[in-house]
Amino acid sequence: MTSDAEQLQGIRESYDEQYGFRDPDSYVFKARKGLDPEIVAQISEMKQEPQWMRDQRLKALEIYRSKPVPAWGADLAGLREEDIYFFVRPAEKEGRSWEDVPENIKRTFDRLGVPEAEQKFLAGSGAQYDSEMVYHRIRKELEDQGVIFKSIEAGLREHEDLFREYFGTVIPAYDNKYAALNAAVWSGGSFIYVPPGVKIQMPLQAYFRINTANLGQFERTLIIVDEGAYLHYVEGCTAPTYSSDSLHSGVIEIVVKKGARSRYTTIQNWSDNVYNLVTQRAMIYADGSHEWVDANLGSKVTMKYPSLYLMEPGAHGEILSIAFAGRGQVQDAGGKAIHVAPHTTSQILSKSIAKDGGRSSYRGLLKVYPDANNAKSTVVCDALLLDEFSESDTYPYIEIEAPDVTIGHEATVSKIGDDQIFYLMSRGMSEDEANAMVVNGFLEPLTKELPMEYSIEMNRLIQLQMEGSIG
Amino acid sequence: MGAALEIRNLHVSVEGQPILKGVNLVVKQGEIHALMGPNGSGKSTLANTLMGHPAYEVTGGQMIFDGVDMAELGTDERSRMGLFLAFQYPVAVPGVTVANFLRNALNARRKVDNPEDKGVPIPQFRKMMIEKMDLLQMDHSFGGRYLNEGFSGGEKKRAEILQMAMLQPKIAIMDETDSGLDIDALRIVSEGVAKLSSEDLGVLVITHYQRILNHIRPQYVHIMMDGQIVESGGPDLALHLEEQGYDWLREKQANGDA
Repeated sequence: MTSDAEQLQGIRESYDEQYGFRDPDSYVFKARKGLDPEIVAQISEMKQEPQWMRDQRLKALEIYRSKPVPAWGADLAGLREEDIYFFVRPAEKEGRSWEDVPENIKRTFDRLGVPEAEQKFLAGSGAQYDSEMVYHRIRKELEDQGVIFKSIEAGLREHEDLFREYFGTVIPAYDNKYAALNAAVWSGGSFIYVPPGVKIQMPLQAYFRINTANLGQFERTLIIVDEGAYLHYVEGCTAPTYSSDSLHSGVIEIVVKKGARSRYTTIQNWSDNVYNLVTQRAMIYADGSHEWVDANLGSKVTMKYPSLYLMEPGAHGEILSIAFAGRGQVQDAGGKAIHVAPHTTSQILSKSIAKDGGRSSYRGLLKVYPDANNAKSTVVCDALLLDEFSESDTYPYIEIEAPDVTIGHEATVSKIGDDQIFYLMSRGMSEDEANAMVVNGFLEPLTKELPMEYSIEMNRLIQLQMEGSIG
Repeated sequence: MGAALEIRNLHVSVEGQPILKGVNLVVKQGEIHALMGPNGSGKSTLANTLMGHPAYEVTGGQMIFDGVDMAELGTDERSRMGLFLAFQYPVAVPGVTVANFLRNALNARRKVDNPEDKGVPIPQFRKMMIEKMDLLQMDHSFGGRYLNEGFSGGEKKRAEILQMAMLQPKIAIMDETDSGLDIDALRIVSEGVAKLSSEDLGVLVITHYQRILNHIRPQYVHIMMDGQIVESGGPDLALHLEEQGYDWLREKQANGDA
């Protein structure tokens, strides 16, 4: 029998080898630790931003200061701002080809399979390393059709009018404490514009990598999908395993215009020393639709509730949420569907798994405004517990202010059955394989929605999470 | 030399309660044995113990399979060595298709032979699965259904036999495969088993009833009562039991004990 500590070591080694490795520090600039107006101004200065943006950042910092740490959800007491580096610039400039990317950073992304994925099945790819994007590229034929896929900084620099029209309108700084923080110190992320009627068949992907210990990474992404257009955007994230904490606090704003469709897939696989506090929201207009596919497999603490704002009749939104909480992990995930207009529809499907003492929660809000008659929504949240040490909670808030709506809500909690494991093992699978198979089956209604490359990736990550399971 | 399953003076308890009290039985590859007996005599306990169910505690005796004492072997290892149990109540595994499940089960075996194995190629796997489905008169769409979820009694048992056909065990234990089946389903299932019979397969059929034995013709019949095999014989024994019931055996036991 190996001890729990040895088993835990085994899990870490497996993650470390594939994702948790670190490069030697090689930044071109590193701000001092901590946060104050000087640091904020410095970030703005280094990005050579217009004055209005610098003013916005400094104002957001005040908003951040004025808001208390949320008293609900996961415990954030361990997150100490004074220990965090709020800005670490990895390279002098952003590469348009992988040759332009510094050698050691390129090697990291090679090891993570990012250039290979780009070659095989992506319409474009971006890569962020610590505080900034080091690479962004989109296929030429899409560029020729007017698609913009750039770093958020390049978006501001090169498309200032379009940027300013939408930036901060979907998620204003005062929305919540961490949205305010992001508005003050945002750095990196993507700026995407898809012109009317342009349908991008293959996904665009951005990969977020933390390398420096004690880093704060503040991804800011703004996506505008114009009328009748289609986009699938995917983000992945990993980090080295450190004994000290890091922070990723992203804000993702999406505007889905009339008749447009978009899908945003996250495969979050941070190392288990990262606080992941993300606000992401889509505003969906007439007959448009948006899907959030949100898989949270890594991190120490995640608080993340992708939101749908259904602004005009015919708007439709879906949230598919997967959360996997292993030892020492808290996954406080879920989603929000806000029906502002009549004849809008939404669907939330959440699947959470907890093992080895992990805690997973579904936290959701379904809100129907007084005018939003004939709104339809279904919320299904299922939890699977792999052992008796783990916990799962469900907080389904429902606020209905319109008289005529159709709402469905179901929640289940199940525990993996000894008989299921015995049955699978009697066919030759090891206990880990049997557990992984039950878990993959539990997640199947979600993973079958993913493009094949990502569902394979997801199954592989689940397998990794399942390795060395205890008990 | 074929493989054999040898059960020597096996004692088993469940939650501290002795259920098997000294079972002796040898099943060799190529042989078909039937194990009969009244409810609660310990037949299913024997099946589950042989497969290594953690709730069944071996308190004495040995189980030797293919020359190896299975005492320290996990359920998965027993399976990969070529032991198979067709369950009386197969459990559902939602979200896992029959085909996916079978491929994983096959690959688990291949990995033991060769840790570098990349798994059975999909076209080869599909061909094999379709072949076996045809043998068992199963619709090909079956492979896409979630394992045992919403299956009828007959479908569950057929799925068990399909697994047996795919995994090609050396020794298969069939735990009341005939229970809950109507005449047609019973015929299809037992004909399937008959088709799988060969020099390379030993079968232990656990049943209450003679009727499955009309299709799967055992060479040996054993009767279990109160945790022991009390009578062994040829096919006639099953017929005799069908006509006479168990009372004569109980009397014989009582007299023997006196």
